[in-house]
Amino acid sequence: MGDAITESTRIDFYEAKYKRRRKVRAFIDKAASLGIGFGGISVIIAILLIFVYLLSEVLPMFKGASIEHRAHYATPLASAGKTLFLAMEEQTEIALRLTDTGQAIFFDAENGVLVKQVSLAIPQGVTVTSIAKDAPGTGLLAYGLSDGTVLLFRHKYRVSYPNDKRIITPVIEYPYGEQPLALGTEVEAIKQLAVRGQESQLVLSGANSTGELLIARFSKEEDFMSEEITLEQANNWSPQISGNIRSLALDIDQSWLFALTDKNSLNIYRLRGGEVELHSQLTLTEDVAVTEVEFLLGGISLLVADARGTVSQWFLVRDSKDNIGSWSLQKIRSFDTGNAAVGHVVSEQRRKGFLVANATGEVGIYNSTAQRSLLSEAVSEASFQHLAIAPRANAFMFESDQGQIGIWNIDNEHPEVSWSALWQKVWYESYEEPEYVWQSSAANNDFEPKLSITPLAFGTIKAAFYAMLLAAPLAICGAIFTAHFMAPAMRRKVKPVIELMEALPTVILGFLAGLWLAPFVETHLPAIFSMLIFTPLAIVLMSFIWYQLPNAMRRKVPEGWYAALLVPLIMLVAWVCISASAPMEDVFFGGDMRSWLGDVAGISFDQRNALVVGLAMGFAVIPTIFSITEDAIFSVPKHLSNGSLALGATPWQTLVRVVLLTASPGIFSAVMIGFGRAVGETMIVLMATGNTPIMDWNIFEGMRTLAANIAVEMPESEVGSTHYRVLFLAAFVLFLFTFVFNTMAEIVRQRLRKRYGSL
Amino acid sequence: MKIEFKGWVKSGAPWVWLNAGAVSVCLIMVLGLLGLIAVRGLNHFWPSEIIQAELVGQDGSRLSIAGEVVERELVPASQIRSSGVAVAEGVEYLERYLLKLGNRDVSGSDFAWVLRVKLDKEHYPDEIVAIERREWGNLYGYLLSVNESGKEVASGSKAWGTFQDRIDRALDIYDDIYRIEKTDIGSVNYQFERLRLKQRKLELKGQNDPQTVADIEAQKAELEITYQQQQEALTKLYGEFTRDSIMVVTADGKQVEVNLGKIVRAYRPNTMELFAKIGFYFAKLWEFVADDPREANTEGGIFPAIYGTVLMVILMSIFVTPFGVVAAVYLREYAKQGLITRIVRIAVNNLAGVPSIVYGVFGLGFFVYFLGEEIDKIFFPEAFPSPTFGTPGLMWASITLALLTVPVVIVATEEGLARIPRSVREGSLALGATKFETLWRVVLPMSSPAMMTGLILAVARAAGEVAPLMLVGVVKLAPSLPLDGNYPYLHLDQKFMHLGFHIYDVGFQSPNVEAARPLVYATAFLLVAVIAVLNFSAVSIRNHLREKYKSLEV
Repeated sequence: MGDAITESTRIDFYEAKYKRRRKVRAFIDKAASLGIGFGGISVIIAILLIFVYLLSEVLPMFKGASIEHRAHYATPLASAGKTLFLAMEEQTEIALRLTDTGQAIFFDAENGVLVKQVSLAIPQGVTVTSIAKDAPGTGLLAYGLSDGTVLLFRHKYRVSYPNDKRIITPVIEYPYGEQPLALGTEVEAIKQLAVRGQESQLVLSGANSTGELLIARFSKEEDFMSEEITLEQANNWSPQISGNIRSLALDIDQSWLFALTDKNSLNIYRLRGGEVELHSQLTLTEDVAVTEVEFLLGGISLLVADARGTVSQWFLVRDSKDNIGSWSLQKIRSFDTGNAAVGHVVSEQRRKGFLVANATGEVGIYNSTAQRSLLSEAVSEASFQHLAIAPRANAFMFESDQGQIGIWNIDNEHPEVSWSALWQKVWYESYEEPEYVWQSSAANNDFEPKLSITPLAFGTIKAAFYAMLLAAPLAICGAIFTAHFMAPAMRRKVKPVIELMEALPTVILGFLAGLWLAPFVETHLPAIFSMLIFTPLAIVLMSFIWYQLPNAMRRKVPEGWYAALLVPLIMLVAWVCISASAPMEDVFFGGDMRSWLGDVAGISFDQRNALVVGLAMGFAVIPTIFSITEDAIFSVPKHLSNGSLALGATPWQTLVRVVLLTASPGIFSAVMIGFGRAVGETMIVLMATGNTPIMDWNIFEGMRTLAANIAVEMPESEVGSTHYRVLFLAAFVLFLFTFVFNTMAEIVRQRLRKRYGSL
Repeated sequence: MKIEFKGWVKSGAPWVWLNAGAVSVCLIMVLGLLGLIAVRGLNHFWPSEIIQAELVGQDGSRLSIAGEVVERELVPASQIRSSGVAVAEGVEYLERYLLKLGNRDVSGSDFAWVLRVKLDKEHYPDEIVAIERREWGNLYGYLLSVNESGKEVASGSKAWGTFQDRIDRALDIYDDIYRIEKTDIGSVNYQFERLRLKQRKLELKGQNDPQTVADIEAQKAELEITYQQQQEALTKLYGEFTRDSIMVVTADGKQVEVNLGKIVRAYRPNTMELFAKIGFYFAKLWEFVADDPREANTEGGIFPAIYGTVLMVILMSIFVTPFGVVAAVYLREYAKQGLITRIVRIAVNNLAGVPSIVYGVFGLGFFVYFLGEEIDKIFFPEAFPSPTFGTPGLMWASITLALLTVPVVIVATEEGLARIPRSVREGSLALGATKFETLWRVVLPMSSPAMMTGLILAVARAAGEVAPLMLVGVVKLAPSLPLDGNYPYLHLDQKFMHLGFHIYDVGFQSPNVEAARPLVYATAFLLVAVIAVLNFSAVSIRNHLREKYKSLEV
């Protein structure tokens, strides 16, 4: 020992060895604090990244469109006649110009260099007097000719990859033969024309130079082997029309014909069976000339542009109040494109959007369903002769009055979403009235995704509401008893059980709710409701009886153990209710409460409904609310309640007047956190409801919540698509909602803690 | 006895009792739920007796049926009457059985509800055999004979013994086949794929000189030979495997031939002794825990799901612990305590309350589609266009769950750090230790139980979480385990099976829900048991910790 002391006293701390060691230690310390600082901050940043990332996925949806100049050049082969029609193919590499001399001129969209010139099969001595196009995508076009006939042809683009290089070859085809079809019997030039070719029939409608309206219907048969089409004329009408026909349009089902006459009056004809009738006549605009009528994608909605710069969307609406089959053309929404007259309206070929060009050379991009104006920009000093949009709506081209072709690129990723489309009622095509609809995908191509988040948000709130209806009273009352009255020995056992309840995976709750509870509830409906009524009654009755018992007996079980006393009673009540369920159904509901609900009360019933969700999710939320409330009540300073008791208040009075009052902010925050949890819960709702996005408070019907919707649709959603981003928006809404709720609750709790501290 | 109504109301007794009732209801709900899962889940493995009876039809026709009674219930007679079945007057309730009839391939449906009154001559025949098959579910019937290559080798009373021996033989062969198919051929295929990728990688880099290409080709040829040998061995084994068959006659008299290769086990539950039943019970339980699933997950075991869950949770712990602890240490020990730390603390706290599906969405968008695709572009161009990390998988699932549970670890660790008295720290600093040394040698060891608690809670949460995993990595049936004998052994890019998702999938996406239900209950029971154990251990560690440091507090 003595040696050791003398040894240590001799240490020279300034020896190089120790100095070095101190340096190393200081360095390690410094490095560690830097490292921990860096690590800690980066973890926190990583967590906050969630917020930023979700936002970054959502924001592009609300960005408008932008356009960018690509090329301009003089109209190629201007000598081949005036342009009647412009088009671009899928890749926007090759453009097409159809002339009034019957020439199809394919040229390189980049520089106007001629790619191919085709002379259409127009008979000798006949001139082109009008042009019409079928639905985009079919490529079908029709020339109205001066001898009262119509030539149908198609522009098509074959893509091949020789030597891994894409080569696009444009072709002109005559699907209905090279022989023009006669429209009407007279040899008069066709001034206006409309065409619709469907699977089994072809309908042509035209107006000739004498002002006569002509309609011809052909039935169509396609040979499978040679793909040759044989046409047979089925009907030929020339209905009465007054006024000067300016434009014709046939709807997609070939059952409605819209004829614009004079300034702004629209004649609607109905083609049904073997006859055609004038259905109605209406004035489209007030005192303003209509400049163009064009179909929106799908061939259901008409876009009507006028000279004052307004474009309005119209479609036929079935009147539900009257008899079936009563239709009326209604103005659905309108877009203000400025004050200049609208010269051209072109519909997008994949979405319900359209491009507008007005007389001052301005171009605007709009989306009909979202009622969104995405862009308005001047692109030319002169007004346009023609306007065309690429099939993918990623470019447009125009021919100006001065014989210049201009091509511009469009960047317009998510036009179909707008604040109003997401949250407000939208009048979709073929719907009777504006509605909230969530329908993100369907089997056919013409489908327009209906992305209204409202029904999902509604479902979320509904599910959370019913869950809270069960959970809040149970959890708060339970917490009050546990914290304030319960014997410590019992409390030590109860708390871990409730904590275990919190840890139960929700997938198990959901599975039990869907596979066990839902069928149980369905067959024992009266039991569920009688339990809700009789359990509290039985408890109160028990309390009354207990109060009447002699004191000696009462003292055997102190107040703190009441809960244990009640367990057998409640089980008994539940058992009685369940076994009395069938007789009750017999007596009150004619044997089957479910059908009684439907027939007598008029309430529809789903097996997996809000009641089941409420019970299951209530179960999941109870522990959250319970433990926070219990904490808040238990940590109310003891001297407060002791003071109250000392002044002669009963324990219950102390609780209500002193303890609860002090703890109320804590209880409030518990409810908020519980609500936040119910809102974000996924698996229970996914498994215990039918996941139908309906808006109805009916407790016997299901719902679809934001979270369940994400779980269902996210794996199938295409990355970067509008649907994908809307799902991100749903996640963002959930995130924000729970985050705000929890933060509020947390602040309330911290304040409360401070107050307890000061007490 | 005087009835004191007023005093009773005034004392607040009814309210106190109602509150007590709320606690009781909560307790009944939790315990009832656990009981329900346990009873339903554990019952499934017990060999239930097979009842045989004649089902009397409406027109008096009789059909002999046999099966296990799965459920019994009472139905009001009026309901039966309204469905058009004649019920005798005066009868108010009828007993109804859910019978598992098996024989799905013979009769079409394997479950049926029958009214007990319609059953005649109920009895439990000794001779009836339950045969578990690899396809088509159970078969119930009487053993007629055992055949070898189409020739009868035993029949009558001797058949049963021969049958049992031959099942054992078939099962041994099955094990060999399984080993070759899953392990050996699986490994050969895996090596093939690796060679293909290697070759492609060299091509992309432009280093495919003839020498290396020839090398690879030689390796491929070698593998091809191994593969051929294994194939031959397999063919031979299969010949042996399908050699035997049995003839069974069902309760309604139809004869069925069953190949022994399709049989998992056969037993006669009606003659089983108690000990035999207990043995059977544990054998089934073992099969459940240790075997692969069969028949679209509705039969067999859940081993891959257990394996996947455990592996995912372990990986998650590896990610979450260091990050969570560092963040907590920073927040508590290094950061300047002020408004910003308070805000950060609240934010971290609240992240624990953000819906798990949001983390799933984030994981899918950011990890899988963004990071994963970048990683693929840089490190795995040879696999293009099939994604390696650009698709949901084990790694992304673990990281997503780590992110989900990091607030839990941070909060628990911070609490542990806060509990350590200043005096301890100051003592260490006074002795000349640097801040880091104090932290490393004194503070962290003392707070390690708190970190443990945090980690256990995180694990418990991660083990039960399903919603985010559905987006970032689980599948209903994974072809191979994410950790196996093929280099590099741990396949972070693979998809995996998970207990929670298994419950969802089998319970809700399965074509034969009735058959799958007991298995779902059993899976649920297993999951609940694991999570309960984890939670209770977290709680006891926490209590232990509190006791330990109580003496240090002033």
